[in-house]
Amino acid sequence: MRCTTPYCRIRISRSKSYFLLPVMALLACGTAMAQLPTYKVGRPATEAEMRPWDAVVGSDGKELPPGSGSAKEGAALFAAQCSFCHGKDGQGGVIVPTSFGFTYSRLVGGVGTINSPTGIKTVGSYMPYATTIWDFINRAMPPFPLEKNLTPDNVYAAVAFILYKNGIIKETDVMDKNSLLEVQMPNRHGFYPDPPQEKPGKDGYWLPRWELAAKPAAK
Amino acid sequence: MNSKMSDRRGFLKGSAALAGLAVGSIPFANGKALASVTPALINGGNGAAPLPTNLGVTPDEPTIQDLLYGGRSKYETSVRSHSVNGPTGTRNLTPLQDTIGVITPSSFHFLVLRDQHLPNINPREHTLMIYGMVDRPTVFTMEEIKRLPSVSRVHWLECTGNSGMMHYRAYLQNLKAGRKDDMTLIQAMHGRTSCSEWTGVPLSLLLKEVGVQKGASWLVSEGNDLSRHAKSMPLAKAMDDVFVAYGQNGEALRREQGYPLRMLVPGSQGVNNVKYLKSIKLVDKPYYIQSEISGYTNPKPNGQASWYETQQGPKSLITFPSDPHKLPGPGLYEISGIAWCGRGKIARVEVSTDNGRTWKDANLQQPVMTKAWTRFRLGWNWDGTETVIMSRCTDESGAVQPTMMELARFWGDQVEPHIPASEIEHWWANSSIAQEFLNPQILPWRVKPDGSIHDALYNTLLPNPYFPV
Ligand code: HEC
Repeated sequence: MRCTTPYCRIRISRSKSYFLLPVMALLACGTAMAQLPTYKVGRPATEAEMRPWDAVVGSDGKELPPGSGSAKEGAALFAAQCSFCHGKDGQGGVIVPTSFGFTYSRLVGGVGTINSPTGIKTVGSYMPYATTIWDFINRAMPPFPLEKNLTPDNVYAAVAFILYKNGIIKETDVMDKNSLLEVQMPNRHGFYPDPPQEKPGKDGYWLPRWELAAKPAAK
Repeated sequence: MNSKMSDRRGFLKGSAALAGLAVGSIPFANGKALASVTPALINGGNGAAPLPTNLGVTPDEPTIQDLLYGGRSKYETSVRSHSVNGPTGTRNLTPLQDTIGVITPSSFHFLVLRDQHLPNINPREHTLMIYGMVDRPTVFTMEEIKRLPSVSRVHWLECTGNSGMMHYRAYLQNLKAGRKDDMTLIQAMHGRTSCSEWTGVPLSLLLKEVGVQKGASWLVSEGNDLSRHAKSMPLAKAMDDVFVAYGQNGEALRREQGYPLRMLVPGSQGVNNVKYLKSIKLVDKPYYIQSEISGYTNPKPNGQASWYETQQGPKSLITFPSDPHKLPGPGLYEISGIAWCGRGKIARVEVSTDNGRTWKDANLQQPVMTKAWTRFRLGWNWDGTETVIMSRCTDESGAVQPTMMELARFWGDQVEPHIPASEIEHWWANSSIAQEFLNPQILPWRVKPDGSIHDALYNTLLPNPYFPV
């Protein structure tokens, strides 16, 4: 029997069967033993090298750096560095060459249109968390071959500008590590299942369950 | 393909001319002495007399390149095709019409670039860092990863949007722009899937090495490409059958496939298989990254979108005969195609040659592997009349590939009973919002009396008022 201890441990703690732990440890390969690496390859990651790599920002915003910016500051930045691809004030209308055939060049507008076939997917109408916008601009914009030169202040300002143009915040609102998390995105509840599926169903299925598709629904 | 061919011809001519100028004095056909290639090496090191030094001078003599890495016959010209409208289109879709068996040659494997940049990473400088909710944040070099116990498995990859209606729009736009030559319908619509043997280290093993902490339930992996593609994955999936791969079809990963290291998430959407993999962070919730929000989500008529769907298929497709082929006349043909699913193995493939009225079991290429393409074959005597052919598959759990209407019913009546299936079908065909419905519907081909093969699904959904073609 292979020991997949981290997984066992999680399942045990979830079901709160703490009393079973010693037994499980004996049966499997020993919890204390399994805390230690088996192969001992790799070296410890230092704080200094983790910090710059730890850039993906989740909805808790834990990874957000210090800094701030407002829509006013963002307007100038956007005109200089972004409108080339995303149109004036993020209104789109520009064909952006991507390798997969369609673009997300429009960033502004369309709020409330997602339930129509002519719906307009934009940052304002579709994204459930403001952190997603911050994260994407920070890590991916502007795209190659342009240089990625945005400071955290620049990114906060760009996000503030896009949110302002979508009517989600006021022009004078300052975006920072804290205020960004307070932004209520219009489409926050537009996705399901919420929270997303974390484990396969009892029958081993991940979504979607296509076996339902081929059995015609009872009318 | 043409430029490649003419390069080669030019090269042959050039070397012939050189040889004519200075007989016997040229070490190798291209006129350059290749210090690292000795005649002994060319002869397999068996000590036999060295080959003549005028390699490649006459057309059928091998060039040094033919011997060192080889190439295909000059009569084989199949290549990846464009997926995009406009002059910047990247050649990136698998020529399914020319695939044989279940392994896709690495040169045919589809690719999706997030921007117009193809990383060229030095494996000696590349590392994988695993951190976040772990006991021992660790950096692994490529050399260290290769020392760990490895697995080789055959798995397909498929882009979520494969076979989706929005690609039909791009296809028609390409036709209109006169780019017919390199846009076969099967490639344009379905060429976002390929199947390779991948080699690497189970992620569960790496996670055990670093010690996942209590409370961790998801992980976020990030690539070292310039657009820094990142993706969340449930820990339960990571512990199941995911691995980090450095090998593809018996050699190192191709650059387009994430050299030197990529995530391999069997049975799930292509977007999860993060290329140029540089970090994995253990966390306690998905990270709602742009790539799992703006794309890879499916808005429904009620404005609600489904997200974090991972399991693809069951799906099958006849690759011969298909769109670019032309049957020379009535007679016996072997219908051949591929079937794949996100859950276990393909159990059965049926083929209909009379527009779905009757079905026959096809032969499945053995061994049938988990979450791998399964090649199916069935002999067919074509009587020369117009007909529609199609395949449908069943996975080992009993799930059957649906028709378009059944798919609509799945999204409508089944999943969201308040939305009638007819509305979903209309939505699917008409929406201007990019739909990534994980399109596993049965894909029929129309055989015309002249032997030409045509799409028998997408054109039936036109005219679409929202697709300005
Ligand atoms: C060279 C063209 C180009 C420039 C310049 C550019 N972008 Fe983008 N942007 C794109 C493309 C292409 C995408 C879609 C990328 C994808 O989805 O992978 C995109 C996507 C985005 C998105 C996500 C939209 C969505 O709905 O998912 C945001 C936000 C964004 N850009 C903001 C900016 C900002 C702010 C700037 C200026 C600092 C900028 N962009 C400059 C081309 C550009």
